[in-house]
Amino acid sequence: MADERNFDLEIITPDRVFWKGQALMLELNTTEGEVGIYKRHIPMTMILQPGVMKIHVEGGTKEAAVHAGFLEILPEKITVMAEVAEWPEEIDINRAKEAELRAQRRLQTHDPKIDTSRAEIALKRAIARLEVAKVR
Amino acid sequence: MASMRDIKRRRNSIASTQQITKAMKLVSTVKLQKTKARAERSKPYFDKMYETVTSILAKSGTIEHPYLKPQKSTKKAVILITSNRGLAGGYNSNVIKLVTGSDMKREDIILYAVGNKGKEYFARRDYNIAKEYPEVIENPIYSDAKEICEEVLKLYAAGEIGEIHLAYTYFKNTVVHEPKLLKLLPVEVSEEDIEAARSGGALMNYEPKEEEALDVIIPKYVTSILYGALVEAVASENGARMQAMDSATSNADELIDKLTLQFNRARQGSITQELTEIIAGANAIS
Repeated sequence: MADERNFDLEIITPDRVFWKGQALMLELNTTEGEVGIYKRHIPMTMILQPGVMKIHVEGGTKEAAVHAGFLEILPEKITVMAEVAEWPEEIDINRAKEAELRAQRRLQTHDPKIDTSRAEIALKRAIARLEVAKVR
Repeated sequence: MASMRDIKRRRNSIASTQQITKAMKLVSTVKLQKTKARAERSKPYFDKMYETVTSILAKSGTIEHPYLKPQKSTKKAVILITSNRGLAGGYNSNVIKLVTGSDMKREDIILYAVGNKGKEYFARRDYNIAKEYPEVIENPIYSDAKEICEEVLKLYAAGEIGEIHLAYTYFKNTVVHEPKLLKLLPVEVSEEDIEAARSGGALMNYEPKEEEALDVIIPKYVTSILYGALVEAVASENGARMQAMDSATSNADELIDKLTLQFNRARQGSITQELTEIIAGANAIS
């Protein structure tokens, strides 16, 4: 029997519909901090930060890495517009580790030529990927 | 009348051209299927993005934001999407005509050319081409669209350009492709869509505030439109090429039929001529 607390969740990326179905709760990282959203939330649009997204469904949770985008929350439905979204098995761990190191080095050098905010986002992305892939 | 040998040579050359056009048709059919599926997959993102932006604009009509109001500068950036290769019927010239036929002044246009064909045309006519991206059209990815957008938005934010336009070919279905000239910025949304969004449902809240949210969402909106346009243009290109090659193949068929008939006539003619000559010769002797 379908659970009362389920809402419709749609996660869309430019290349595909990433995930679509019924969920109990959605956890993700926004510019305002980490949030968890249940059904019957007030309508809201929020902006995503690179991070781990947890989809709580009946009998388990799914994790994915999302980078950049926004989400639209309606009482019965949540739509996540992610520029990039990846399942754990799609992540190239070696590449993510390398990216993490590279971003850390950049941040440490204090070179005025380096775009710090960009390096920070790159670092966040790498950390999110590694966290989803469970190598930390 | 052309000699038998000439006709035969011509027929053979057309037959080998036909083989090429047939092969090209098959290749573009396969490519079309692939690119069409891709265009369809990216459609939900595209549509949702448009919906979200209209609903934001509908519910926040009074926001003062540089992305929404007309700018002082008369310069216009035009992102032109054409193919790298020809033999696609009117595909490229239709997009080019959109730009040359528009009411934009030539000296105001700053071109960002995706694909070689459009670039070549405008470079020959001394248009102002800011940047070219020939490799993007072969296989567009989202980060390509992002790169181009960042480039153009930087100029827009600096006030160097007042408008951003996009010229591409809209992929309606396999046989219908429409060249389109879109205004990306300042954002223009049709009144009906705004009305529909206004009547449809609850007041939206924003976190962070609308202005900041727009700062992030509008560039994403522009990027997603550009990405959708790239993907659709590739599908249209292959569709146009498939059609062009299909009609080339059937034209070749027609020509071959005609030449075969001519060839047979010429052969029959030469046999008849030979016979009359022999008979005439025999008559002369007796």
